[in-house]
Amino acid sequence: MRTRRDFLAAGAQLSLGALLVQALPGVSFAALPGAGPFVVVILRGALDGLSAVPPFGDPDYRNARGPIAIARPGEPNGALDLDGFFGLHPSMPLLHGRYQAGELLVVHATASAYRERSHFDGQNVLENGGEHPSGSASGWLNRALGALPGRGIDGLALGQNVPLILRGPVPVGSWAPSALPEVEPELIARLRDLYSDDPTLAARLDAATRMDALAGEESASGAMGGAMTGAATRAPGSGGIGRLKTIAETAGRMIAAPGGPRIAVLDAQGWDTHAGEGGAAGQLAGRLGGLDQVLDALRSGLGTEWQRTAVLVCTEFGRTVQVNGTGGTDHGTGSAAFLLGGAVRGGRVLADWPGLGERHRYQGRDLMPTADLRSFAKGILRDHVGVPEARLADVFPDSAQVSVARDLLRG
Amino acid sequence: MTADAATLAAIATNRFGFGARPGELLAARSDPRGWILQTLRHPYRPPDELAGLASGQELLAAFLAVRAERAAERRAGGRAGAGTTAAPAGLDTVRERLLPHYVAQAAARCRVAIASDTSFRERLVHFWSNHFAVSIDKPICLGLAGALENEAIRPYIDGRFEDLLYAVETHPAMITYLDNQRSMGLHSDLGQRVARRAPEAAQGRTGLNENLAREILELHTLGVDGGYSQADVTSFAAVITGWSIGGGEGRFAAGEPGAFVFRDALHEPGARVVLGRRYAEGGMAQGRAVLRDLAAHPSTARHLAKKLARHFVADDPPAELIERLTRAYMVHDGHLPAVYEALVRADLAWRSEAYKYKQPCEFIYSTLRALDVAPREPRPLLGSFEALGQRHWSPGSPAGWPDSAADWDGADALMQRIQWSVALGERVGDAHPALDTAEAALGPLATAHTRTALERAASGSQAIALLLMSPEFQRR
Repeated sequence: MRTRRDFLAAGAQLSLGALLVQALPGVSFAALPGAGPFVVVILRGALDGLSAVPPFGDPDYRNARGPIAIARPGEPNGALDLDGFFGLHPSMPLLHGRYQAGELLVVHATASAYRERSHFDGQNVLENGGEHPSGSASGWLNRALGALPGRGIDGLALGQNVPLILRGPVPVGSWAPSALPEVEPELIARLRDLYSDDPTLAARLDAATRMDALAGEESASGAMGGAMTGAATRAPGSGGIGRLKTIAETAGRMIAAPGGPRIAVLDAQGWDTHAGEGGAAGQLAGRLGGLDQVLDALRSGLGTEWQRTAVLVCTEFGRTVQVNGTGGTDHGTGSAAFLLGGAVRGGRVLADWPGLGERHRYQGRDLMPTADLRSFAKGILRDHVGVPEARLADVFPDSAQVSVARDLLRG
Repeated sequence: MTADAATLAAIATNRFGFGARPGELLAARSDPRGWILQTLRHPYRPPDELAGLASGQELLAAFLAVRAERAAERRAGGRAGAGTTAAPAGLDTVRERLLPHYVAQAAARCRVAIASDTSFRERLVHFWSNHFAVSIDKPICLGLAGALENEAIRPYIDGRFEDLLYAVETHPAMITYLDNQRSMGLHSDLGQRVARRAPEAAQGRTGLNENLAREILELHTLGVDGGYSQADVTSFAAVITGWSIGGGEGRFAAGEPGAFVFRDALHEPGARVVLGRRYAEGGMAQGRAVLRDLAAHPSTARHLAKKLARHFVADDPPAELIERLTRAYMVHDGHLPAVYEALVRADLAWRSEAYKYKQPCEFIYSTLRALDVAPREPRPLLGSFEALGQRHWSPGSPAGWPDSAADWDGADALMQRIQWSVALGERVGDAHPALDTAEAALGPLATAHTRTALERAASGSQAIALLLMSPEFQRR
């Protein structure tokens, strides 16, 4: 029933705290010159990992989940089998294809260092990489960039603004499709002069022009409602997935372009399923189906660069094991995460499965986290992005006890 | 610190209001603090622009009617294909029927913000509306978010916080946004009945939903570090079981459609302990008593003081200022005008350095105020907010829009503002000499560097774009 599998080999931190810190440098230094792109996708609102990756083999699963339980593989609308114990939600067939291609590694019963139940504090901890919500104004991806030799604008936020995870002293770009006409370079030059006494605005303007150059014609292809042009306002709530797909595909091209960013962040909102969550169909199924397409759009945008890419999909915390009084789930702790890309040694599920029975739960209600998300992030940063091991302590402060996961990548 | 009268007038209109309209710098000059505070001296009267908007109850009733129609169609269509549709039925119809109301609300909100000569009051409306955020990403809230602002916020911002809090938490918009309408005590009449009749069907249909209770504690009152526990969340969620809306489906049909109702049959009976205090059973009154105590709690005072100081003064406001506002709140029993007055009277709020980077909506309002332009067609106007990343009432989470420069000053966001300014400059062209506009909107805040850039601009429309994108116009 317990599925330890490759878990020990991966070196993730166990709840027992029994693992020794990995002192070996691994393969990171050799990999530095060819370090591959790294994309982080943040699912804001707390993903229900027990629906995204249903542990259908757990004897308590169906009982605890009742009306929102996902059926076993082979049953109508059943889970897509991963390893005979865990499955993938049936609305994610493309991601399942990646698993079968050996490009998706699924991590379960994982969490950041955060153990309360506020979305906003939880996201702060997930992004600042520390142990406390207000611990730092910079994010761990920006600090990771600080540990690499700079080549220009290496960090890209997919959206108009930069989420905490990528904020910090290293200048980063941001990009989103625009409905507005492009601006003459002559005006940009005048603004450069106007901002000569204002380092913040000057740096933003510089990053924006570089990212626009990378995005090229994509910047005009946004599917947004026209501003100032009289076009109708986009119907709220309707354009989410289409827009994200456009962004993800363009992001893939920007990353693959010569001199493109090496680290990118994409936000996806709407995972806070307190009511009417649904099972194989319904609210969450719709979201997961959208995510499935967004990840595939990123892959197609990357083209052959996909083979060198690693993508981490994570969330601030999980949801209650038990379904609540309104057909949904409340804020919990442990959840699932995905690591995918051509660079990832996938086709595996990493889980030190705690079980779903009440006595196995965190505070009697949530999926017990048995693996620290930072362990996987550290592994990717060291072995894929090329962050020297000695610098990981700056990237994730106060995390000496969190080991660096090994063997996440193809050798 | 000791700025001259013209500078103080520019700070009054830009930092405390939505930006100076032509003539306002002069009007504020003799008594900048008084100019701000007089906006609250008159008893509340709804702005004319809001006349004719549908009420929240009407809009929610319309939503419920669409849902009931769809349910009837499904029943009539038999069982074929039941349960396999990915999207909830009727969403397109909901959008079709509610979108015009949303557009009307948002356009009215803009018109008030652009035209208002009491824009400090208007800024407060937006501040509280964001404090009690309801996001239209959730289909049921399309139309309800604007109704919440007009019905439960506008009339209460110059009274006691306790009354504002109660008006918001019992508004159908908040009840539905945070999923409380079906939250059910296990020992309530209905909970017991379901468990007896069909125990196998009870799962997912009986029990608490703790969403509203948690966000009241975390976001609306005490703040995340305000000293509550998971047990308090659960207990408070039990207290407010029964806070619901009328006209739902099946067991939830009773009550006036779309209106707030207290459903005794859902209410978990018995006394409850929240934050160490015992609340005797009292139906609706039990929850009201908890809200009253939350409003009076020092953590709430501090939480609100910090948010107000952050919004008006600086992303990381001086501790002394937070302290001052907290004290005003406690001494005056949560009487909000006393807190506003403490803010406006504080020298720390008047430092001449502008610490706040404008949010997109502030940038748009201040631009249209400075240029004295009020677009007649609502959709292109609303498209501007969308293009700059701040569509009305859509922060995407109950925490509302964030309020620090780091949340808004992304590179691409800056480029969008530039593009928008250029497009707007081309529209208004030479009708607005940029130097005059700079003088009327910023007064002494406009730097020599910027004035030179405007003088040397290639055209009148380019000068407007440069003014709008100048560092001093981007901040307040």
